[in-house]
Amino acid sequence: MEDHGVPALRRLLATLPDAVASTHARLGDATAVVAAARLVDAMRFLRDDKALAFDMLSDVCAVDYLPRKPRFEVVYHLYSVAKNHRLRVKVLVNEDAPSVPSVVSLWPSANWMEREVWDLYGIRFDGHPDLRRILLYDEFEGHPLRKDYPKERRQPLVGPRN
Amino acid sequence: MAQPHFPTAPHPAEDDFERDLHTEHQLLNMGPSHPATHGTVKFLVELDGENIVNIDVQVGYLHRGFEKECEAGTWYQAIPYTDRLNYNSAVLANLGFCMAVEKLLGIETPERCQWLRVLAGEISRLGDHLTRCGAACLELQAMTPFLYGIEARELTWDHLEMLCGARVTSNYIRIGGVKHGMPPDFPTSCRAFIAKTRELLRDFDDVVTSNRIFVDRLQGTGVIDRATCIKYGVTGPILRSTGEPLDLRKQEPYLVYDQIDFDVPVGTVGDNYDRYLVCVEEMHQTLRIVEQCLAKLEELGPGPVNVSDPRVRWPAKGRVFNHMEELIQQFKAVTEGPRVPAGEGYTAIESANGELGFYLVSDGSAVPVKVRCRPPSFINLAPMSEMLKGAMLADLIPTFDFINMIGGECDR
Repeated sequence: MEDHGVPALRRLLATLPDAVASTHARLGDATAVVAAARLVDAMRFLRDDKALAFDMLSDVCAVDYLPRKPRFEVVYHLYSVAKNHRLRVKVLVNEDAPSVPSVVSLWPSANWMEREVWDLYGIRFDGHPDLRRILLYDEFEGHPLRKDYPKERRQPLVGPRN
Repeated sequence: MAQPHFPTAPHPAEDDFERDLHTEHQLLNMGPSHPATHGTVKFLVELDGENIVNIDVQVGYLHRGFEKECEAGTWYQAIPYTDRLNYNSAVLANLGFCMAVEKLLGIETPERCQWLRVLAGEISRLGDHLTRCGAACLELQAMTPFLYGIEARELTWDHLEMLCGARVTSNYIRIGGVKHGMPPDFPTSCRAFIAKTRELLRDFDDVVTSNRIFVDRLQGTGVIDRATCIKYGVTGPILRSTGEPLDLRKQEPYLVYDQIDFDVPVGTVGDNYDRYLVCVEEMHQTLRIVEQCLAKLEELGPGPVNVSDPRVRWPAKGRVFNHMEELIQQFKAVTEGPRVPAGEGYTAIESANGELGFYLVSDGSAVPVKVRCRPPSFINLAPMSEMLKGAMLADLIPTFDFINMIGGECDR
């Protein structure tokens, strides 16, 4: 696999070659697609490695590529405050019972962002301490950012609960 | 004779006074519409007396399906939605989105356009900081500084209107350019506005910065350290108040920020007072940037503010009315919208609240597959419970003010 001249990809490939499924650096964004089973190992390495030091998890989101298989991608954007560089890590997720290991134990910022992905895409995060809906309410049915969720669909209005 | 036996009340033992009474934590609902907070958000506060044990911050009251709506229209149709993310600094959200689309298209915008974008973005940032500091004073019961702040913000909005055509939802930045250049009387008016804003900031400073009540409410409250900020992904003035000089305008200079002379203020303690000082100093730096933009734009003179790329910009009207090809081109540009090459890209800019990122995915068509906004308000709000553990309930108000959560951006 190629490292595209990016130090972060080179170190990741040298240390955990079996965890990385593919890489690219199109438009200058270094990207590694990581196997879901090895996600936490890879992320821990990226965070703790002295030369990479990805101390900030900037963003977690998902993309629905319906009708492609595997259907979903969960996308992590890492940033290193100390070294001022970025890396994108992606995990492919299947449609049936979609789930990904949680990285809340590595970065607490993942807590709310993983809840948002669960809320809007219905992808579960194994090991998340508090996987509740965050932007929508509990009575909401379905996950609206999935491509097969119709934009015009109405949902019941629910009054305040205490 | 036997003494009658009177039962006596048992003398309370010493340790009875020290025995713990049964107490339990109280749950208090604040919001979603509370007079002392701005922004629609609910706090479920667990209290031990007046001290905060835990806060469950419940967001989402302003969720309007920004991403879903963007995926239903063309790339151009998403720009007005970005106005409604952070409505205090709409130009910056326009800018982040358009720069992300330009990255996918591989477009480099003309120099004049880049200076105009910095100019509009910085005026917008100024308005955001004025709102934050003014509203914080209001919620701490200080009406006068709020009025100074709002007077200055009116001026920023008047000038955004001169430049963009609208006060709040400006919709100014376009893919590959801006809506139009500066009006001829803009620099003169803007310089008067800068002088007036400096005066108002001085008045604001006189009333607030060393005011005993204000300082007591802010100093030592809502403290967060650098390491906690970084692991929670917090950026912007909150991170800078802890002493970390992270500003994407310096770290990853975009547009023409590498040619502009400005400083990044930092705090030391990471409390609300430091955040206030950082915001005020950033406003002074922003005014410096605006002055430099005006000087540079006057030096550049009139000229094109858009790329001449037929994929994203319309041809000149004279040619549309006289030539078949340009007529077809405009027809297709209006009815279909620009086609963006397949791919993915992430672009981050320094918004008033921190790193505002857009992660876009295109499949090569005129409709986006994914428009992800990395909202600084949402991510900065997450550690609020951490910042307030053990604090007094009253500290919640200034802490929430200086987190500056904007509902539109937080809930999207």
